[in-house]
Amino acid sequence: MALQSLDIRRRSATTTPAPMVRDGATPDVAKLIDTTKCIGCKACQAACMEWNDLRDDIGKNTGVYDNPLDLSGQSWTVMRFAEYENEKGDLEWLIRKDGCMHCEDPGCLKACPAPGAIVQYANGIVDFHEENCIGCGYCIAGCPFNVPRISKKDQKAYKCTLCSDRVAVGLEPACVKTCPTGAITFGTKERMQSDAAERVEQLKTRGFANAGLYDPAGVGGTHVMYVLHHADRPGLYSGLPADPKVSPLVRVWKGATKPLALGALVLAAVFGFVNYVRTGPKEVEPEDELAAQREKEQIHG
Amino acid sequence: MADKSHGPDLILRHEPRDRVLHWLIVIAFVGAAASGMALFHPALYWLSNLLGGGRWSVILHPFVGIAMMLFWVPFARMAWSENRLQPYDRRWLSQIGDVVANRDDRLPDIGKYNAGQKLLYYVMVACMIVLLLSGIVIWRRYFAASFPIGVVRLAGVAHAVAAFVLVLGIVVHVSAAVWVKGSISSMMGGKVTPGWAWKHHRLWFRERIRSQGTR
Ligand code: HEM
Ligand code: SF4
Repeated sequence: MALQSLDIRRRSATTTPAPMVRDGATPDVAKLIDTTKCIGCKACQAACMEWNDLRDDIGKNTGVYDNPLDLSGQSWTVMRFAEYENEKGDLEWLIRKDGCMHCEDPGCLKACPAPGAIVQYANGIVDFHEENCIGCGYCIAGCPFNVPRISKKDQKAYKCTLCSDRVAVGLEPACVKTCPTGAITFGTKERMQSDAAERVEQLKTRGFANAGLYDPAGVGGTHVMYVLHHADRPGLYSGLPADPKVSPLVRVWKGATKPLALGALVLAAVFGFVNYVRTGPKEVEPEDELAAQREKEQIHG
Repeated sequence: MADKSHGPDLILRHEPRDRVLHWLIVIAFVGAAASGMALFHPALYWLSNLLGGGRWSVILHPFVGIAMMLFWVPFARMAWSENRLQPYDRRWLSQIGDVVANRDDRLPDIGKYNAGQKLLYYVMVACMIVLLLSGIVIWRRYFAASFPIGVVRLAGVAHAVAAFVLVLGIVVHVSAAVWVKGSISSMMGGKVTPGWAWKHHRLWFRERIRSQGTR
């Protein structure tokens, strides 16, 4: 498939091992988005369009800075602007670069019924392989962050790739490369976590007592993380979920129930067949016809 | 009632209109079930080939499902009155062991359908309603975006459960049809022999013979 220089850790709708001979050396990677350094310039959005060769339709001005207003098949990242009045009555402009979080335990991949349409590489990046996508939209139901979008052009699902093509050859994602304030950085997940910890300490000394790292455990952590001034209230950042989890409904739907159901169907068919062979068919015998004839004569007297 | 061309003895069990509807439902069911089951578990993904691959399965599945529903509604309405549960159905069910072991002579006299067929009928009615409603909610191309995500997730589970129950029911239905000789040909040509009717559905047999007498 697309990136054979990387092992594949998980592959959608696949019950046998994914390609994984290049054991060992690939570290988990992560992108760290420091919302406290972001100035909302959207250079990253433009870089994403350029590298991935995407041009969304011209939208309408709805009176807010969010532009385009939402993610789409052509917009894999969108800056979301929230105005928050803090306890002192001051305005805080909380800007969050939205897009795929690259969950360690991705709900999209869990929900996907098409073999190999969603993969997770050995470095943790979750990627959609659109050539295998069947356009069912189950990834949308699986994602706890409302990220995947079905394109109106080809009815296939798209989202941020974390520039898997660039990362595979040792480059950083396009948005990281372009960010003028250094708000977006990229490296091993470990390194990003320690950088974040340093930054959080700094923020605390500057009056942001609740500053913290957003790396939600409910999805096994993410390969895109945020530094937030108000890590105690992620919802302030245009509805970032406080405790994202793959919905229990999706777990039931995609979990152990399916092999069990499959087994029940096979058992029922086997039972029907075995019983047929054991007891033989239910045939109508000549004596049944005779009895019917007798009864018919009785009735018609 | 008996059609001269098949001999005066045979009893009409299924009207031509109902036979046509039944087999149209079967064709649509095979298409809907194959394309749906393909998405149900990776072990069944090969079934997507019936309708031309995964993408075509997703495109066609809802339309094939709706076609099945359109054939099913008149068929189910026709069968409604014959499937009302009667006191003797309870006894028939309690003797299910005799049914499975082919000791039919011990069973009570019953009407046009046996208790097993009746229960299966209600299971099918319920499954079809759930499949239609949940299927519309998860129909990504036209409708899913207009429902809250929680409703879509719930409908996904409901659709899979109803599909599972229906397919299981159909496995039973087909097994029974293969097992009881004379039933498949009755759905093909419409007729059964008097002995068949007498053996399997005696109350219905008497009713048909009486109505012949008054003619
Ligand atoms: C005999 C009737 C039907 C059967 C056996 C059936 C079966 C299934 C199954 C097994 C799935 C996959 C579920 C999963 O992966 O969890 C599915 C998906 C789906 N079904 Fe059905 N279904 C039926 C009728 C319908 C109807 C009437 C509709 C539309 C109104 C519909 C619309 C859908 C849709 C939209 C999906 C999602 C995937 C796709 O787009 O193909 N189904 N169905
Ligand atoms: S954020 Fe959504 S689309 Fe991205 S990996 Fe997680 S579940 Fe998949």
